[in-house]
Amino acid sequence: MSSQIESHDDVNDGKNPVPPTDEAGLPATREHDPFADPGLPAHKPRIQDLDERAAKRSERVVTLLFTVSMLATVGFILSYALIPIDAITYIWPFGNVSPLNFSLGMTLGLALFCIGAGAVHWSRTLMSDEESAQERHPIEATPVVKAAVMEDFRKGTDESGIGFGRRKMIRNSMVGALALVPLSGIVLLRDLGPSPEGGAPLRRTMWGEGTLIINENTGQPLRPEDMVVGSLVQAMPEGLDLHDHHFHEEIAKAAVMLVRLEPEDIKDQQSADWGYEGILCYSKICTHIGCPATLYEQQTHHALCPCHQSTFDLSDGARVLFGPAGHALPQLRITVNEDGYLAAMGDFEEPPGPSFWERG
Amino acid sequence: MKKLSARRRHPLAAFVVLIFALAATGGLYAALAPAGEAKADASETSIAIEEGQKLYAVGCASCHGAGGQGSSDGPTLVGVGAAAVDFQVSTGRMPMQQPGPQAPTKPNIYTEEEIAQLAAYIASLGPGPGVPEPAAYDPSEGNAAHGGELFRTNCSQCHNFTGQGGALTHGKYAPNLHDVDPKHIYQAMLTGPQAMPSFPDAVLPPEQKRDIIAWLTAVNTSESPSEGGFGLGGFGPVAEGLFAWTIGIGLLVAVAVWVAAHTAKARKS
Amino acid sequence: MSTTTNPPKETRSGAPAGEKVADWADGRLGVYTVAKSNMRKIFPDHWSFLLGEICLYAFVILLLTGVYLTLFFVPSMAEIEYEGSYIPMQGVLMSEAYASTLNISFDVRGGLLMREIHHWSALLFVVGIFFHMMRVFFTGAFRKPREINWLFGFALLVLAILTGLTGYSLPDDLLSGVGIRFMEGAILSVPVVGTWLQMLVFGGEFPGSLIIPRFFVAHVLLLPGLMLGLLVAHLLLVVYHKHTHFAGPGRTNDNVVGMPLFPVYMAKAGGFFFLVFGVIAMIAATTSINPVWVLGPYRPDQISTNAQPDWYLGFSEGLVRMMPGWEMVIPGGYTLNLGLLVPLIVFPLVFAVIALYPFFEGWVTKDKREHHIAERPRNAPTRTAFGVAWLSWYFVALVAGGNDIWAIHFDLSINAITWWTRISFFVLPVVVFIITRRICLGLQRRDREKVLHGRETGIIKRLPHGEFIEVHEPLSAEKRYALTAHDQPQPAEIGPPVDENGVPRKVGVVEKLRVRINRGYYGPSGQIPKPTAEEYREITSGHGHH
Repeated sequence: MSSQIESHDDVNDGKNPVPPTDEAGLPATREHDPFADPGLPAHKPRIQDLDERAAKRSERVVTLLFTVSMLATVGFILSYALIPIDAITYIWPFGNVSPLNFSLGMTLGLALFCIGAGAVHWSRTLMSDEESAQERHPIEATPVVKAAVMEDFRKGTDESGIGFGRRKMIRNSMVGALALVPLSGIVLLRDLGPSPEGGAPLRRTMWGEGTLIINENTGQPLRPEDMVVGSLVQAMPEGLDLHDHHFHEEIAKAAVMLVRLEPEDIKDQQSADWGYEGILCYSKICTHIGCPATLYEQQTHHALCPCHQSTFDLSDGARVLFGPAGHALPQLRITVNEDGYLAAMGDFEEPPGPSFWERG
Repeated sequence: MKKLSARRRHPLAAFVVLIFALAATGGLYAALAPAGEAKADASETSIAIEEGQKLYAVGCASCHGAGGQGSSDGPTLVGVGAAAVDFQVSTGRMPMQQPGPQAPTKPNIYTEEEIAQLAAYIASLGPGPGVPEPAAYDPSEGNAAHGGELFRTNCSQCHNFTGQGGALTHGKYAPNLHDVDPKHIYQAMLTGPQAMPSFPDAVLPPEQKRDIIAWLTAVNTSESPSEGGFGLGGFGPVAEGLFAWTIGIGLLVAVAVWVAAHTAKARKS
Repeated sequence: MSTTTNPPKETRSGAPAGEKVADWADGRLGVYTVAKSNMRKIFPDHWSFLLGEICLYAFVILLLTGVYLTLFFVPSMAEIEYEGSYIPMQGVLMSEAYASTLNISFDVRGGLLMREIHHWSALLFVVGIFFHMMRVFFTGAFRKPREINWLFGFALLVLAILTGLTGYSLPDDLLSGVGIRFMEGAILSVPVVGTWLQMLVFGGEFPGSLIIPRFFVAHVLLLPGLMLGLLVAHLLLVVYHKHTHFAGPGRTNDNVVGMPLFPVYMAKAGGFFFLVFGVIAMIAATTSINPVWVLGPYRPDQISTNAQPDWYLGFSEGLVRMMPGWEMVIPGGYTLNLGLLVPLIVFPLVFAVIALYPFFEGWVTKDKREHHIAERPRNAPTRTAFGVAWLSWYFVALVAGGNDIWAIHFDLSINAITWWTRISFFVLPVVVFIITRRICLGLQRRDREKVLHGRETGIIKRLPHGEFIEVHEPLSAEKRYALTAHDQPQPAEIGPPVDENGVPRKVGVVEKLRVRINRGYYGPSGQIPKPTAEEYREITSGHGHH
């Protein structure tokens, strides 16, 4: 082994058939520069180039791949026609999958893959793999071309009068006209939506004095005795129905959650006063970007928003404990009406949902 | 041996050594890591008392107080009802191994009879929800579509769309509901264990609880279909992105390497 | 040209049909002239040069499958009761967009497969763009004359992300609806015009009934149209500039070495399209993506945990998740939602850093030469370190974007992870920069060793006088050339404080800064001098027996 290594000398041993030359075609100064470019190595033949049997083998492999592709397409069509769309089959290791989806995907994938594999194998083993070099040419124009272009340009500006200020009025008015004409397009965009009226629609919700609190699950108004300590209720204002045309716009602002705490656990006096016997009603729309922040931990009284982990302490006026939310969840003042149902005492005192410029 | 030493400094030698080292570490870890079941057996012998109160005194009283009145280490059990006991004990959450932010599930060490005795004892301390009848949580009786709507309103914020679980604050978490006994799901909704809020019948009527169980049965059991193929854990875009960044692009790059590689040359003789 | 009448062109009556067609086309399109300069155009062979092709093919697959999906998708937010064949949604009130997506998944044979191929291709498209950009960045292939093509590529990345975002939103499911809600919050946080913009984009209050149709037209027409144009320009420039290649024997800055377009690259690149399509089809067959049917229709009062965007926006999601809750009311009673505004500003800035880097490096190096040799990353340690540091920056934000998934899978506290990302966002890139630069310099040192002393063989020899030595195998001339072909510019100098007439020179602050950064690139801390011929000769003559 060691003799082999030692014999493999770098200096011209006659094995390198390409006489190294530099770009000018002069013999390379290898003795002077040990790091000179030795030139493109000679092409080494592949097995397929020398052995016709190997080439035939490659040919057969390519043909086989193309044939498999054809068969796979037939398989695709058969799968499409034969496998019911609602079938579910256990296929290891993927689970209970749709056999139609699986076999359509596999046959299509195989048909495509085999075409690609065939073409690549063909090019790799049977097409010439001799590398050749192509010259690059500098991208920059020669000074002569540059001068000629500049001359042409000057002629053009001269003829039009734009260049040396002879027809200044034409130029300026044209620039003005071109600058103004896109304005029409921008003006047309005005009716994309209504005016925000200084944020007024964002402040107003369906809650008002006496609005009953509807349990979203049952669709019935909520009574205080429905809730035990530690329970959580998702609720919406009375008069809102899933089938309403504006259900989404209204619920996006008016959705609330109610929790029941031991009254002595409530740290914020105003918050306790705005609730009813430990039942607190908060807007569940996060003040950060508007996800429902309803991951309520009944032991810690924390409500977490799943989008960006803003954490609110519902026992302390929904103060922000963590995360990117900038202010507390607005609390809805509630009471119990003469029929024994929980009801709002008015709309939110501050706009629910994400902050906006005019929020104040 | 000479051959080996000659290849010692081969450019690829470091990778080969690394692979061997990784394999050895993994093998050692697999051989030496403690088996999961070992702990359960040890304490099993300690459970020999049949009567609920005695069971309670042994397994629960140290945290929840001698009469279930609670202590600094555990909440009061007066009024939690038999359903809470059945849920906590038969899922192995209680008794807790050590105090922590959350009691994890572990192999249950009580027999069904013992759990019933414990439940009877706790239920005697104060009125609370009882253990539900099987019909109450039979998923085949529920409406999965309606259950899905209820799930997305009440549950998915913590447990994810299909109940795969999710993170809460400071290391707490909502557990994965995969293949969880419908009875336990029902009891959890009813009693609100640990961080979970409770959903008493007045808030979420029994038939709605059953609908939720029907939804979970449809989408998160070993039998649930995953129509489009392997489900990547059901965690959504993060898992999908990870797949694209590893296996997806990995396969494509592997193909690209093959396309661009030089074909094997005939040996120069 | 000529004023004399041309004699009637002789037709090649005996030529084969294919040639006749070519002749016909040549008379109208000049195909022979085009073919002459392009048919045997040389492309260099390297797997990393195919990364861009992955993107191109993913784009083609997206167009093909996307057209199919539009045949069934209904871009409408009108509410209907679902009556299709997916039982766990029957009777649920949902938008037509969501219902038609369920329809594609469960009532159109092969529809689910097309959806999955489309979505996987979209993810892999952007992953491919990232890999492609990394290749171009780390080999310095963005240098003159390719800066403009770098910007085209960058614009394509931005458009790809926007197209992904709009496409992700179209099914109107509970997950993508949260994404639109995020957009609404982000628009609202824009100072002064935020509320106006929100009303205009949504056509009223959130969510309204216009956002899906509007996104649809952007997703299927506007954005892909722009991308197609840019893509063509991008490819034309690649052909015009000719591909870069790595230095090696016979491969210089003035040539390109490889195989001809016809037939080898035609077969390889054409075949690669089918390979990519085939792999993605098989991924779609076996691996589920975005199973919208279990997510439910969007409702603003519902949410699920694991609410994340597709990965390419995970980075912006992370920036938002790591923000502290800052908000201020400025005089006049106006609110600044900094918890959203700051990430919204940082997000494009982080991207702009990458877009503008070629111009930064051009300014620092003042290098006006054309570069066609792809540099090895180790030979540009400062650039490489900068790139890896950027990636670590990006990675931290990605971790933050999936902090809940990390928390649950590694039993960690979500708050602890968030704090880790907050700190790492500032610290990690610096640490990574320093470490990467050192590694690059170490690798340069090793190259130098190898060139001067040869490769260590592991064979120990005992010399006659008893000394043990390790046999070093000298490198071949080819290897030696490849390892020393890179150029090592001299660091910039501020120059003498006075000019030749003795008048004090004025050196601006900017120029001083430039020289300092330049010395970081090319000074002793930025590169290890490559071996000189003298060093080589001295060593090889002195210790020839090694």
